[in-house]
Amino acid sequence: MTDSKYFTTTKKGEIFELKAELNSDKKEKKKEAVKKVIASMTVGKDVSALFPDVVNCMQTDNLELKKLVYLYLMNYAKSQPDMAIMAVNTFVKDCEDPNPLIRALAVRTMGCIRVDKITEYLCEPLRKCLKDEDPYVRKTAAVCVAKLHDINAQLVEDQGFLDTLKDLISDSNPMVVANAVAALSEIAESHPSSNLLDLNPQSINKLLTALNECTECGQIFILDCLANYTPKDDREAQSICERVTPRLSHANSAVVLSAVKVLMKFMEMLSKDLDYYGTLLKKLAPPLVTLLSAEPELQYVALRNINLIVQKRPEVLKHEMKVFFVKYNDPIYVKLEKLDIMIRLASQANIAQVLAELKEYATEVDVDFVRKAVRAIGRCAIKVEQSAERCVSTLLDLIQTKVNYVVQEAIVVIKDIFRKYPNKYESVIATLCENLDSLDEPEARAAMIWIVGEYAERIDNADELLESFLEGFHDESTQVQLQLLTAIVKLFLKKPTETQELVQQVLSLATQDSDNPDLRDRGYIYWRLLSTDPVAAKEVVLAEKPLISEETDLIEPTLLDELICYIGTLASVYHKPPSAFVEGGRGVVHKSLPPRTASSESTESPETAPAGAPPGEQLDAVPTQGDLLGDLLNLDLGPPVSGPPLAASAVQMGAVDLLGGGLDSLMGDEPEGIGAPSFVAPPAAAVPANLGAPMGSGLSDLFDLTSGVGTLSGSYVAPKAVWLPAMKAKGLEISGTFTRQAGTISMDLQLTNKALQVMTDFAIQFNRNSFGLAPAAPLQVHAPLSPTQTVEISLPLSTAGSVMKTEPLNSLQVAVKNNIDVFYFSTL
Amino acid sequence: MSEKHWKSVVSQSVCDYFFEAQEKAADVENVPPVISTPHHYLISIYRDKLFFVSVIQTEVPPLFVIEFLHRVADTFQDYFGECSEAAIKDNVVIVYELLEEMLDNGFPLATESNILKELIKPPTILRSVVNSITGSSNVGDTLPTGQLSNIPWRRAGVKYTNNEAYFDVVEEIDAIIDKSGSTVFAEIQGVIDACIKLSGMPDLSLSFMNPRLLDDVSFHPCIRFKRWESERVLSFIPPDGNFRLISYRVSSQNLVAIPVYVKHSISFKENSSCGRFDITIGPKQNMGKTIEGITVTVHMPKVVLNMNLTPTQGSYTFDPVTKVLTWDVGKITPQKLPSLKGLVNLQSGAPKPEENPSLNIQFKIQQLAISGLKVNRLDMYGEKYKPFKGVKYVTKAGKFQVRT
Repeated sequence: MTDSKYFTTTKKGEIFELKAELNSDKKEKKKEAVKKVIASMTVGKDVSALFPDVVNCMQTDNLELKKLVYLYLMNYAKSQPDMAIMAVNTFVKDCEDPNPLIRALAVRTMGCIRVDKITEYLCEPLRKCLKDEDPYVRKTAAVCVAKLHDINAQLVEDQGFLDTLKDLISDSNPMVVANAVAALSEIAESHPSSNLLDLNPQSINKLLTALNECTECGQIFILDCLANYTPKDDREAQSICERVTPRLSHANSAVVLSAVKVLMKFMEMLSKDLDYYGTLLKKLAPPLVTLLSAEPELQYVALRNINLIVQKRPEVLKHEMKVFFVKYNDPIYVKLEKLDIMIRLASQANIAQVLAELKEYATEVDVDFVRKAVRAIGRCAIKVEQSAERCVSTLLDLIQTKVNYVVQEAIVVIKDIFRKYPNKYESVIATLCENLDSLDEPEARAAMIWIVGEYAERIDNADELLESFLEGFHDESTQVQLQLLTAIVKLFLKKPTETQELVQQVLSLATQDSDNPDLRDRGYIYWRLLSTDPVAAKEVVLAEKPLISEETDLIEPTLLDELICYIGTLASVYHKPPSAFVEGGRGVVHKSLPPRTASSESTESPETAPAGAPPGEQLDAVPTQGDLLGDLLNLDLGPPVSGPPLAASAVQMGAVDLLGGGLDSLMGDEPEGIGAPSFVAPPAAAVPANLGAPMGSGLSDLFDLTSGVGTLSGSYVAPKAVWLPAMKAKGLEISGTFTRQAGTISMDLQLTNKALQVMTDFAIQFNRNSFGLAPAAPLQVHAPLSPTQTVEISLPLSTAGSVMKTEPLNSLQVAVKNNIDVFYFSTL
Repeated sequence: MSEKHWKSVVSQSVCDYFFEAQEKAADVENVPPVISTPHHYLISIYRDKLFFVSVIQTEVPPLFVIEFLHRVADTFQDYFGECSEAAIKDNVVIVYELLEEMLDNGFPLATESNILKELIKPPTILRSVVNSITGSSNVGDTLPTGQLSNIPWRRAGVKYTNNEAYFDVVEEIDAIIDKSGSTVFAEIQGVIDACIKLSGMPDLSLSFMNPRLLDDVSFHPCIRFKRWESERVLSFIPPDGNFRLISYRVSSQNLVAIPVYVKHSISFKENSSCGRFDITIGPKQNMGKTIEGITVTVHMPKVVLNMNLTPTQGSYTFDPVTKVLTWDVGKITPQKLPSLKGLVNLQSGAPKPEENPSLNIQFKIQQLAISGLKVNRLDMYGEKYKPFKGVKYVTKAGKFQVRT
């Protein structure tokens, strides 16, 4: 007799039949009927019509039947709130039952019924259960407080449940403590402002004691909670670490990873000279490696986290390279992650092994994986200088295989190697040229064209090669077109006599026959440069290029520090802070690593000096995730960065886009602003919602603006572009542009509320940027922005902010805050 | 498909994202474990030909979810003997009751199978017959005793007439051997599984001859970590029944003996529709024990149409659709090494395959823990009776790959 029979009845009169059975006198028949109802429910059938009949079965002393009815109630109470009231009495009665199992069950189920009327009745029984003599009931009640808070936060606060919950942290039973912590954390997450989990050394001590005794899930909750605590000095951090380390040997990988999180975070506070620091480092490696022998899904999550850990503290796993070697039957998502980590761990000591492995991978079947492996060889060459020669020869071997996608990938990475080690491996160019015809991907074609242009003087038939590309100019992708344009100009500057015709041809193709503004602009710039001052053109186009940085895909240090605080969570899987993807009205608390406050040492903020990274590296480490177009552009035009930054930026800006064109002339006015030291970011000061302000103020604002625009003469104002689409910002759309009025730069913004609620409390803040731009006044939005309303604001800017080279140079990252959330966008 | 909601009801349509991802992945095993959709995140595991998908809305540790899903699958396995669609359908009510006990509002409640079994008794034929006659149910109505004690994994009042404690030391060798036969990577993944049927509250301690081998271990929660740190002795009050006591990893290269070697020559001729295939397996460092249960699996390149081979021992099959060659060898007798050779038919006109296939090898060695780990003695305190004790060793190939 199995349950599958419950699925089989799909006749028309089914509901009627069930109804009859539910009202049957026979207990056995009733139970069977409820089971059938539940079975229908699990497959998504609507059986809500049976609500009263099922509820009638609730008063029973048969526990199984009771459980089933409760299951049903949880699913359908919301759609039948009036009926659900019928059940309240039974619930209240069950909460007094002598059997703790039933008391807990009743309180648990009541919390799951999201009907306001019911929650009112829930308070009294819940209060009793929170003080129940049986720990099982107490721990269930603790969770119930969190449920209730989710339904009606005000009610929970009014009833003083939060205080009771806090008291439970000192409960004698570790499971109750764990659940209380879990409930409090959940509540605190939705109300970041409330100071629910104000941990102090005493409560920490209690948590650590409970940690040893509670179940694995409880351990996870407690560890996550510990991770949010900031110890007062290094001694406290060390003692917490000592008590957390045993968790690294737990069989549950989630416990292990949570423990790793706590340790990684608190390590920040320990001095590196400490013996204990070294011991801790050694202890971290084995559990991380063990995670890799688990199921592939766990491996994947572990690998994503290891990726972060390796970036933060490469010393942890530097001897464990081999565990990241790929097995051919690993799922593809595991393979790709392993590869990534292998490159991060590559060093002079292990490069030979790594290269041998990578070469092996490059002959595998999976195309994506092979591509990444080839790319990885290039990255090794760039990262470990001593291995460059070996890498190049490996790549050449791979090109000999003539497998189309391998060749293309290899050419792309060889281009990068040329950029890192100019004038060293040009002997391979001949081999590359042989494969010219097989290239069909834009990236590979662009890379090849760049190589031909860059080394035009060493390739005898460079003009023929480039000419052959020119035939299908309009069918090429933008990337290739831009590259071809630049390469031909380079060629012309190097061999002016033979290639005049070619350069004419490409310039006219780019400027006259193309609709692409980027291409046209670049074409015009070259044209003018060449026609006005060929010497200057040579200086610009053939300028010595800056060497590319070692690793381009490192996560930005501040983000990395934030992500370290989120080890083990979704954020660590996506490598994005939770604010970037978590939905819903919940505010997200930004976490940061604790500053090192060793008793003997001065305070050192991790943001400004990430451990292990020399300060110079920070500049390069700005994420440039695959913006190859921008990269190629810079690659051609960027004069040495060591030159005066102002000139550099001016040239680049001009080349890159029109918007910047306006800006760079603006910049000329206030060069002294650049390089201004230490800039204290203005706190996102909430502009008080000026409710009393006459509605006309918005209008007059508009008038101001128009008159302002009227006085603008001569300088170019780019049309407003949408910087922040409403979809990304919960209904707030921002478009804007930069203007200059009487020597001051301002950012003209147009804020549109496309959501259904009123927006207030606007504030704005800029990230450090290349030009030291910063708002000169707070963002003034005088009246609350009601739905569908649009407001125009002109925000005066100054260039007195602190300067940090961004990539691309003219990008500006902006954060806008309102009463709903904080949004980020970047502009050019 | 079966669904269960905890916090709020989520429409079934979110699964469409999952199905989409599933279609995109060529192989069911390649479905990414974490998928993001506009409003939710889908975390899935693939076990026994079933996908377990959980839909989450807020930031939670994904490992926690994955562990939980695996625990759910383990529990089903434990309850129904198999974790299959049919088993779940047959026991849908129990499945539902179990899930309800395991999770509350997103917080795991009881995941130890010992406790669950007290709350909801596993189905047996006898019980279902008894239930249908007496009208009683399989839901326990008393609070499980162990749940709140400091040893939640053990229930009180366990009684056996025969008191037994058995340990299985199982070691798996994960290795990658390169073309020339040298070891690229090798490690041993070991576990000690216990089957403990002891009455009362026994307190066991298990000691090893060479505990130094174990430097990277994960323990069952029952093990007292302090004792291990100070004395290198496993001291614990065991759960009742079958459980995994510890798992460990031995990785230092020189400690990992590789018990078999493979001689291979696989070649495809340029511009011809055939190739040669020849592999021989022999024993190496097997500590005098017989290597048995050998199977060789090879994923041949796509252009291979068929294979014409002769084994000196065992039998082979080649599936022309999946291109998988399986050679069931049996055991190795050192006098006559098993080999498999013959011709490979390729698709005519297709270019010769770039890569040579890797060989996947399975084997088993009884009565041997390849790392050399040996149990010294097992002592029991707290109870008066004398239990039967036993330790079994076995070594198996884990992910054992030979590149050619």
